[in-house]
Amino acid sequence: MRYATTSFHISLQKAIVMRKLWLVSLLLAPLWASAAVTNEFTLANGLKVVVREDHRSPVVVTQAWYKVGSAYESIGSTGISHALEHMMFKGTNKVPAGEFSRLVAYFGGEDNAFTTDDYTAYYQIYSNNRLPLAIELEADRMANLQLKEEDFKKEIRVVMEERRQRTDDSPQGIALERFQAVAMLTTPNRNPTIGWMADLENMSVEELKKWYQTWYAPNNATLVIVGDVNTDEVRTLVEKYFAPIPAQVLPKAYNPKELTAIGEREVKLELPAKVANLYLGFNVPSLTSAKTPKEAYSLRMMLGVLDEGLSARLESRLIREKRILTAVNSAYNLFARGDSLLTITAVPAEGHTLEEAKAAILAELNSLKTDAISDDELKRVYASILADNVFSQDSISSQANEIGMLESLGLSWRISDELPDNLKAITADDIRQSAQQWLVPANMTTLYLKPTTLNVGEAK
Amino acid sequence: MKLHTLSCCLLSFCLSANVSYAAPEGGVVTEGPLTSLDKLETIAAVKNAPSPRRNIAIQQWQTSNGTKVLFVHATELPMVDVRLLFDAGSARDGAQFGLASLVSQMLDEGTATRSTNEIAATFENLGASFHAASYRDMFLVDLRVLSDSAYLDPALEVFTDIVAHPSFPDASFNRIFDGAQVGQQQKKQSPSAQAGILFYQQLYGNHPYAHPPSGTADSLKKIKTDDLRAFHQQYFVAQNATIAMIGDMTDERAKAIAEKISSQLPKGQAAPKQVAVPPLIKAVHKHIAFPSQQTHIMVGQASMRRDDKDYEALYVGNEILGGGGFGSILMKELREKRGLTYGVYSSVVPMSAEGPFMISLSTRSDQTQQSLDLIRSSLRDFIRNGATETQIAEAKDNILGSFPLSTSSNASILAYLGSMGFYNLPANYLDTFNDRINKVTAKDIREAFRRHLNPDKMLTVTVGQGVNVAKK
Repeated sequence: MRYATTSFHISLQKAIVMRKLWLVSLLLAPLWASAAVTNEFTLANGLKVVVREDHRSPVVVTQAWYKVGSAYESIGSTGISHALEHMMFKGTNKVPAGEFSRLVAYFGGEDNAFTTDDYTAYYQIYSNNRLPLAIELEADRMANLQLKEEDFKKEIRVVMEERRQRTDDSPQGIALERFQAVAMLTTPNRNPTIGWMADLENMSVEELKKWYQTWYAPNNATLVIVGDVNTDEVRTLVEKYFAPIPAQVLPKAYNPKELTAIGEREVKLELPAKVANLYLGFNVPSLTSAKTPKEAYSLRMMLGVLDEGLSARLESRLIREKRILTAVNSAYNLFARGDSLLTITAVPAEGHTLEEAKAAILAELNSLKTDAISDDELKRVYASILADNVFSQDSISSQANEIGMLESLGLSWRISDELPDNLKAITADDIRQSAQQWLVPANMTTLYLKPTTLNVGEAK
Repeated sequence: MKLHTLSCCLLSFCLSANVSYAAPEGGVVTEGPLTSLDKLETIAAVKNAPSPRRNIAIQQWQTSNGTKVLFVHATELPMVDVRLLFDAGSARDGAQFGLASLVSQMLDEGTATRSTNEIAATFENLGASFHAASYRDMFLVDLRVLSDSAYLDPALEVFTDIVAHPSFPDASFNRIFDGAQVGQQQKKQSPSAQAGILFYQQLYGNHPYAHPPSGTADSLKKIKTDDLRAFHQQYFVAQNATIAMIGDMTDERAKAIAEKISSQLPKGQAAPKQVAVPPLIKAVHKHIAFPSQQTHIMVGQASMRRDDKDYEALYVGNEILGGGGFGSILMKELREKRGLTYGVYSSVVPMSAEGPFMISLSTRSDQTQQSLDLIRSSLRDFIRNGATETQIAEAKDNILGSFPLSTSSNASILAYLGSMGFYNLPANYLDTFNDRINKVTAKDIREAFRRHLNPDKMLTVTVGQGVNVAKK
């Protein structure tokens, strides 16, 4: 943890909290229309480069995004993209194992990486005078990664500890994993990004080498640079270090398209825990798989009406008015490769069962199909979208995350500029039709997490 | 927004489960010189490049009611952040553990003239974001809003009303209380939360830092809305407040806003200085049996006040020991060499009274003893021998080089402003930061660690299946 953490942050678990917040902004926050200048170019080897000049502060974030993630993986090798992500810090000829992050830190930078279903991304953040180093380092490990057996043997144990910490020791972590595995039936999105433990135990460095050779190529990557930089200087540097890396033939990427009207699914999960949780999910398209963009934008606005803010329906009616729920959280991943889910997770209020919570939520969902949605509701959702457009420009990292994500999904970063207008065009009728079309039993998965006795000892 | 905060802690899994990270800070470590410095072409260029610095002009003044104000005029984005800080964290709960936390959750539930729904609707129709939170020392109330006065003015109107005239309605209280009890249950099913709660309880004994800021299932039951009102009356006063602001508004506008907020508060008086923390008299190990695959481990001591002269030395030293995302001794020993954990960190948390020094990690149950031995021997060695010149040079390069990153957004500058005001740091705190870090020597670090930490009197907390679990 860095300076700001030790001296000024109050929370004990800041690092983790921050990541969650960041993630929320990535998945849920409406996008912004940026005033900053954005330029893009593509090298002859296929590397796409997007540069946003944001001169507010003398810093720069450099991100390399690869179009590979857990939705590209096969049965038996789940978690391989994420394991490779860990190994990307384990050395090249120029930068031996153990030096990458130390070198970044030596120059006052921060670095990390993350993997999702659809992409693997690496970032370095520095003062803007370190940009050449960031680019040289990123190019070096795109082409020259050494994957050594001894390093892998240690690192896969770290990944297993990560899995235990995030998933296996958390009732909600387990529940979510099971929910995802049932809600998605035919696509690899049903597998956890970190991988099933059995697959981690079975993984070899040879498989990782193959995965690296297959997917880590300039024509499968997007380089995103945001900060106090000059595009011409960036271009010179990027060409110098990335242009020599040859393009390669990429495998045909699997298109994660779900069955339609799969049929209603229900999971009853009992775990040693204290809090009951309800998970509801509907198979819906994302922006990339929708028949028309409007279909996806309608779902996005529907989510806003349902559960964006304290004035939204689920909060105001089920938590405050009827007091059937204690907490509720809804999500719709508009930006995914292939089909998506609209999810609602809830904790019932004292004296209410999971079944009652579900019935109350379904009643609200059904009312979207019949009852009028007021102009006020739409205006409120739109107001937060507009304000968040401005707020999210405060962070160069969140700007870069958005550009990289959109490009990695095969969409353009420009989508974000157009988003407010596209969402504003959605009417109450569109949302009603969307509810009628998607919020039906055949698309629905329910998971009930029912606590059994959790034996926790007294402190001794 | 409080329900969202609750939702976040109860339900954030739904968003985070399918993203995995290499490491919290990358965290890859080697010993010896950085051989890559000689192999990379760009090193020479970046090494000699001038260090950029964002000019952050902090204005500081007091309102006529005696509230300290810090403001930075930042015109790049059309928005404004206002943070109001009170010395009214959970350390001011008295015997009613969780009181400050309930105040923070109830603050926007109603005022003399506005209902819960009206408040939520006003903010949301303006796209404004409101947030109140209490920690051990601080109580924070935040507003972020577009700077156009069509948004800013009405949002500030409600913000000021919430802070100055909350009504703490009974109807809302029942609901908030129920949510807080679910939060308590949530903590009971989390081994890491259990470890954190036990750590503070054991470390601080009868000190106000001992109890969890969110209270306990039992303590919450004894709190009534009248208690919230009394707490608000005592601590939400001008003399006990700091206002931090950054954004696209003129100095005059900022002055008027601070004056308006402050004038709505009674003058009152600052909360009394926090009492000192008695040190542990011997090493203590407490364990909670928990059926988890991993054991959660915390080791530490009460260490340092925010105004301690050893702050910089402990800060630099801790970066080397386990605070930094690079070359950290603990990360090297536990993760890189042995693959025992996803991450191990040490932190020094300076507070109004002696905040904790702590090392924390989680590891598979059968590796508990091995991990504990490594932590203890690394800590003992570090306290005895201190850091090498090379380690110190690398740590300083990192700290100084990354300073521009920590002031690159309005949000991060606001955090500095708030802390500077709250902890009475000098107005030139950011300007002198580099000098203060540069001055730290190996001797300073060694002596500071010896003064503040005694390896023979550490608290150890473990939550899991136990220290002696056979390897599976």
